[in-house]
Amino acid sequence: MDLETLLSFEWGIMMPEFIILGVLTIITLLDLFMPKTQNRKILGWIGFVGILAAIVSLAGLLDKEVASILYDTFRLDAFAKAFKLILLVGAGLVMLLAISYEPKEGMKEYRGEFFYLFLAALLGAMIMTSSGDLITLYVGLELLSISSYVLAGIRKSNLQSNESAMKYVVNGSLSSAITLFGMSYVFGLTGTTNLADMRDMLMVIQDSQHVYLLVVAFLMIFVGLSFKIAAAPYHMWAPDVYQGAPTPVTAFLSVVSKAAGFALIVRMILSIFTAVAANGPGSTSILVNMEPYIAVVAAVTMIIGNVVALRQSNIKRIFAYSSIAHAGYLLVAVAALSLFMFDSLWFYLVAYLFMNMGAFAIIQLVTEKSDSEDLSHFAGLYKRAPFLAVAMGILVLSLAGIPGTAGFIGKLNIITGALVREQANYLLVGIMIATTVVSYVYYFRILAQIFFKQAPEGSESLPKIKIPVGIGIVIIVCVAASVLFGIFPNLAFDFLQTQFYEFGDFLQ
Amino acid sequence: MSLLSFLIFSPLIGVLVLLFIPKTQEKLLKGLGFLATIPALVISLSLFFQYRSGLKLETLSEKLDWIAFKNAIQYGEFFTIKYELGVDGFQLVLIILTAVVATLAAIASIHIKEEWKGYFMLFLLLETGMLGVFAAENLVLFFIFFEMTLIPTFFLIGKWGYEEKVKAAYSFLIYNGLGSAILLIVIIVFFARTGTTNIEALQTIMTSDNPQLIASMSDDLKLGLFIALLIAFGIKLPIFPLHSWMVRVHVQAPPSIVMLHSGILLKIGAYGLIRFGMGIFPEQFKSMAVMLAVLGVINLLYGAFLAFVQKDFKMVLAYSSISHMGIVLIGLGALNEAGVQGAVFQVVSHGLISALLFFLVGVFYERTQTTQFEKLGGMAKAMPITAGFLLAGGMASLGLPGMSGFVSEFMAFLGLFKEMPVLGAVGALGIIMTAVYLLRAVLGITYGTANWKWYGAKDLSPVEFVPAVALLALIVLIGVYPNILSEPLQSTLETIMLRIGG
Repeated sequence: MDLETLLSFEWGIMMPEFIILGVLTIITLLDLFMPKTQNRKILGWIGFVGILAAIVSLAGLLDKEVASILYDTFRLDAFAKAFKLILLVGAGLVMLLAISYEPKEGMKEYRGEFFYLFLAALLGAMIMTSSGDLITLYVGLELLSISSYVLAGIRKSNLQSNESAMKYVVNGSLSSAITLFGMSYVFGLTGTTNLADMRDMLMVIQDSQHVYLLVVAFLMIFVGLSFKIAAAPYHMWAPDVYQGAPTPVTAFLSVVSKAAGFALIVRMILSIFTAVAANGPGSTSILVNMEPYIAVVAAVTMIIGNVVALRQSNIKRIFAYSSIAHAGYLLVAVAALSLFMFDSLWFYLVAYLFMNMGAFAIIQLVTEKSDSEDLSHFAGLYKRAPFLAVAMGILVLSLAGIPGTAGFIGKLNIITGALVREQANYLLVGIMIATTVVSYVYYFRILAQIFFKQAPEGSESLPKIKIPVGIGIVIIVCVAASVLFGIFPNLAFDFLQTQFYEFGDFLQ
Repeated sequence: MSLLSFLIFSPLIGVLVLLFIPKTQEKLLKGLGFLATIPALVISLSLFFQYRSGLKLETLSEKLDWIAFKNAIQYGEFFTIKYELGVDGFQLVLIILTAVVATLAAIASIHIKEEWKGYFMLFLLLETGMLGVFAAENLVLFFIFFEMTLIPTFFLIGKWGYEEKVKAAYSFLIYNGLGSAILLIVIIVFFARTGTTNIEALQTIMTSDNPQLIASMSDDLKLGLFIALLIAFGIKLPIFPLHSWMVRVHVQAPPSIVMLHSGILLKIGAYGLIRFGMGIFPEQFKSMAVMLAVLGVINLLYGAFLAFVQKDFKMVLAYSSISHMGIVLIGLGALNEAGVQGAVFQVVSHGLISALLFFLVGVFYERTQTTQFEKLGGMAKAMPITAGFLLAGGMASLGLPGMSGFVSEFMAFLGLFKEMPVLGAVGALGIIMTAVYLLRAVLGITYGTANWKWYGAKDLSPVEFVPAVALLALIVLIGVYPNILSEPLQSTLETIMLRIGG
């Protein structure tokens, strides 16, 4: 590749990535040369401003037609833009949480690393949504994963943090390996790593042996990627890692990393496996034939997530299982494969981003000063801090999918999508609704602690909960968005329809 | 702002004002809580009088664009949900009932002892939900208001109730959550298959021979949807055997909330069956009518028998509610004009009567800290006025002619005897049982072995007079002049009868 071709690329469409990369480099260098005694929080604010700048530059790219550079390895279509928006907003909020994160011990020395690792992970996630090639896709995935491993274990002196990082590395690398193995089949059959070329090659496949191989490839890739979104039965790591990791990291894993995982799943399976006819030309594609499998995974995920959450008493574990359950709801949208798939997935991720992030902000605030994260810390919160109590109430109601909140509209959208087809999967929808009712039990247990329980003895002597600026912003933004998107969902749908044309350019 | 929206959301103004009142100001909070229920009452009553002097209710309808799940260019009106409100005679009556009972329950809330601020904010939120349920013109909006009643009630029971309040609140939440989940499935199936949730549009679609649909709806699917709807509203009403939560709520919730719960919230079940069951599924409703009537008789007898063996007055009233809701089902199952009219009358009448009785329960409990009638006894001596109201309420409940209970029971049974005389005869036993258990309970409290401990207890205070007198006056008014209710219902009933071809 000579300089001329290099310059002929339209680098502008990578602007958001470049900004993140630049800020990441600056923070790394600053952290290196700053005196040890200097407070590192300023680096967090620089990172936050960088993310804001990336959002602005992404907004400038919204009108752009679909474009790809670097020999189709990087493409910017509506899908990429929509998911990048989620990732950037999510990462911005996580950054605010990280700036205000003040645990008892073990954070002071590594705070600088904390910030630039977040940005590195974010960069990986952004590349994942935009990639048109298995290589970039995998590079993005690994960048995200490896940064997350370090983040989970950043409190070096904390036993749980270490345990969580170790578990995450082992499980995560296993899943990456399985994904890669699955990809190798597809590569072997087509001889290319480019998604668009692959599609063209696969269209003409007729040999049923090859189709079998592709089914194996599909299962491998799907298994590997279900790790990332914490779907059953590959969810085991989530509760331990969520519990042990610092709260901002947990928020990052459950929101940003999960959104990136869904972007990746949709990008891969839709680009590759819709092209292969399962039983000769003209028949339905492998993906349609594999739909029951996705549906089973979705159902099991929802059931395990919601039922096991009932037995937990650690608030972060409850939210870990709740986030597993939400992955299940999102998989229902994927399994339905209807004309609602993209928008319901996107809207639900937006809603989930705000409600979950807000809840983690409050969890961080309430539990960071204590040794455990037991649910009983929330007892009598209504008396101690009415603002936090009401905010948590709204966010939890949104997670439970109560009307008037974004969570409800999201579920409504997903279920409508699942039922709109002629052969609707009523069983799956039934399970989704039934498990939602089950989830009321543990969500309302949190609310019962906050509003009904008396504060434990001696809690009057506890210091008043001070809300730092960063967390205050996160909570207000999240609560406002959860309510606003619940009452005026058209704000989001209009945006979706006018800016992203309902993702019509996905396969162009 | 349009009148109907203002009517529904006016309690929320109160919520906003309450936000800025310090939570120790008991008198102020209670006063504002009461005041916030007034606009809805005034508007709904003035609408009623305007309606009687010729106002067309259609002019009140509101329609605004709200949610479009898909772009308008490709899908047009499909997959859009509008903000649609409207009332017909039946809905207007229920809105008035809600406004009246809510105002009176706000007065009854003087007995609340703590956390007045949170209490009234939730109370007003609940009122908005209830008003909205009866004015919503599409299923999604209906559902949102429906759930808006669920959450505040959960907190009101769980925080301000009696000893076992948290358990009762959970029981309420899970049963009703399940009910609304089933309802949600029905709503979304409609939305996904027809692309709309407008009730009127759905009525046309369901009765036309080849409607324009997104995906087909088989007869089996329609029947399945109807049964799901029946279960969803059956939990709310409640229909035996889905009633256990409701007994717990009646016993554990604070009396002012039970006034709303028994008076209005249970009626949403009946409203849903009439408006959606009969309106959207006329054919399916007809095929299940006998079963409904049988369920009604079971409810009537089961409630009556269990009410007979209770020792706690609150339990008697709880089972009596189940029993009386049986009459609604009987009337609906009869499928003729008299029956349906009886059912609607029963909805309104029982709303008033149970509100009155639970208000009096609250008054007694306030003085004596008990509702066991063994311990009460001889109240006619201790608190003669309260006891008098209780006697009157009891009489109304057992269907004494000249009071509202009589009209509704008479019409419901008139309808049933016309269609299924044997079932009617069995059901009539329930009427006798009703008289037995109510007299046993009411007489046990007012006369019975006198308990001198209560002698000298303060009788009704001036504030407490208001709900008692107002409710009793309405009960008697409907009893002696039923036309005040049947006139606004006329046109709604005619449309319903036309649809089910009865």
